[in-house]
Amino acid sequence: MTVLLGTPWPDVPDLLLPALGETLRMVAVVMGVVVLVGGPLGVLIFNTSPLGLTPHRLVHVSISWIANLGRSLPFLVLMAAVIPVTKLVFGTTIGFQAALIPMSIAGIAFFARLTENAVREVPRELLDVGLAGGSSKRQIMTSIQLTEALPGLAAGLTLNVIAMIEYSAIAGAIGSGGVGYLAVNYGYRRFDDNIMIACIVLLVALVQLIQFSGDRIVRALTH
Amino acid sequence: MIEIAGLTKSYGATTVLDGIDLSVGQAQIAAVVGPSGAGKSTLARCINLLERPTSGTIAVDGQDLTRLSRRDLRQARRQIGTVFQSANLLRRRTAAQNVALPMRHAGLSEAETRRRVGDLLERVGMRHRANHYPSQLSGGQRQRIGIARGLALDPAVLLADEATSGLDPDSTRAILDLLTELRDDLGLTVVVITHEMDVVRSIADVVAQLDHGRIVEQGAVADVVRRSDSGLSRALLPLPPAPGAERLRTWNVRYEQDDVSPVWLVQAGRELDTDIAVLAALVEAAGESRVGRLALGLDPHLDDRRVTEVLARHGVVAEPLEPPERVLLHAVRDAGAGAA
Repeated sequence: MTVLLGTPWPDVPDLLLPALGETLRMVAVVMGVVVLVGGPLGVLIFNTSPLGLTPHRLVHVSISWIANLGRSLPFLVLMAAVIPVTKLVFGTTIGFQAALIPMSIAGIAFFARLTENAVREVPRELLDVGLAGGSSKRQIMTSIQLTEALPGLAAGLTLNVIAMIEYSAIAGAIGSGGVGYLAVNYGYRRFDDNIMIACIVLLVALVQLIQFSGDRIVRALTH
Repeated sequence: MIEIAGLTKSYGATTVLDGIDLSVGQAQIAAVVGPSGAGKSTLARCINLLERPTSGTIAVDGQDLTRLSRRDLRQARRQIGTVFQSANLLRRRTAAQNVALPMRHAGLSEAETRRRVGDLLERVGMRHRANHYPSQLSGGQRQRIGIARGLALDPAVLLADEATSGLDPDSTRAILDLLTELRDDLGLTVVVITHEMDVVRSIADVVAQLDHGRIVEQGAVADVVRRSDSGLSRALLPLPPAPGAERLRTWNVRYEQDDVSPVWLVQAGRELDTDIAVLAALVEAAGESRVGRLALGLDPHLDDRRVTEVLARHGVVAEPLEPPERVLLHAVRDAGAGAA
């Protein structure tokens, strides 16, 4: 009978800290893409709706449908489904780069909806203020809609970052690296309880820290 | 200054505004009144060009705004400042930033913007609140900032859409004084959309009543309140309910001429050689003259024709509320009941 020994505690940080670095790098890169693409997409979804500044049924329905598509698949399934695309773009189907595409797709779809909701909360009358004052629609979007929606956007961003940490852990299954990969390979496959516990504690602490900071930012932005 | 002619607005088969004609002179304050659902908000949204009329024209300073291209429309909107109900300030910007927003969007320089914002806040008495956020201001203060923002681009017309609804009486008074002051100082033409008759009485020069999308009555406020069979007149100057006085016949009296003497009641009593009881009265200044409605109690034995004639000489119209017999009959019956 083989006795399975966990990684000794003093050695845990040597495995854990690089993994944390990878997770943070992955989430940071993905969030960059998510904000740059998902944000404008959300603004577009809202403003082409009947309540928006430039209602357009066809555009609204189309992009709304695309955004739903990205959210309708469980992440594990999505990851498998976009493997051909990943291969086309990066030439590989495993590792850090392989995780970027499915994470970005899921994140963009999620953030587009969160942005749409945040922007929708801005009272319609405030848009009228801009229109009646002779502001252009772009000016209204940037300096009324988005500025007024900032607390909501910050709350959405917090949610989204946490979701991406979760997805990055799932992406451990395709060898993405990061804390999730560590937990899967050591904690799960090798029954290394010490690593499993360390990963769990780290992820819980990370999520708590992000939620706490997010709440603080939302409060600071609310007047 | 502002000429609205044949303005019609329909949504599909529903006609919300039906052939509105309204003309407001330079530096006049015009009030549009009417019950909710009469089309007031739609009219407001047509005047500040948030809605395009289905037909008809809106001209400011001789320029027809309904035929402008989309780009010129943006420019034209700047001639009309709008003050919204409950101010509609941006919550995440300070008072000064709220006032500055239209100027920034219009491309005014930073220095010019700062100067104008300072001037406008000074004018509405809010300079000391420049760096406060809307949540730190009272409703009246927020509306002052809303007015300053409405004036940001130096408009020729200020449109106040239910600007005092929801304010307490003191704040309402202060906002109305401010609007009058702006008219006097800047020669601003003001259009006030309201359902509050007090507002009309205290600041408007002309009034139009909207009902079911049409203007059913309009004119100078001082003229309208002197009209006899006018619903708007009674709404503007309602007679407080008067309890009938014992052994006196109630007469309803309305100021008709614009030169009614302040001492007419005493003089009329002397001429009729009787004591006149004032049962209820509402007399107010309307521009240079006075307007009023009263319920008077008179001796039932007086001759109707004589009373009407004497009062008419003083510029007021009088109508008895009941025939003299009824008053006398009541008196006799009451006396009988007392004796038994």
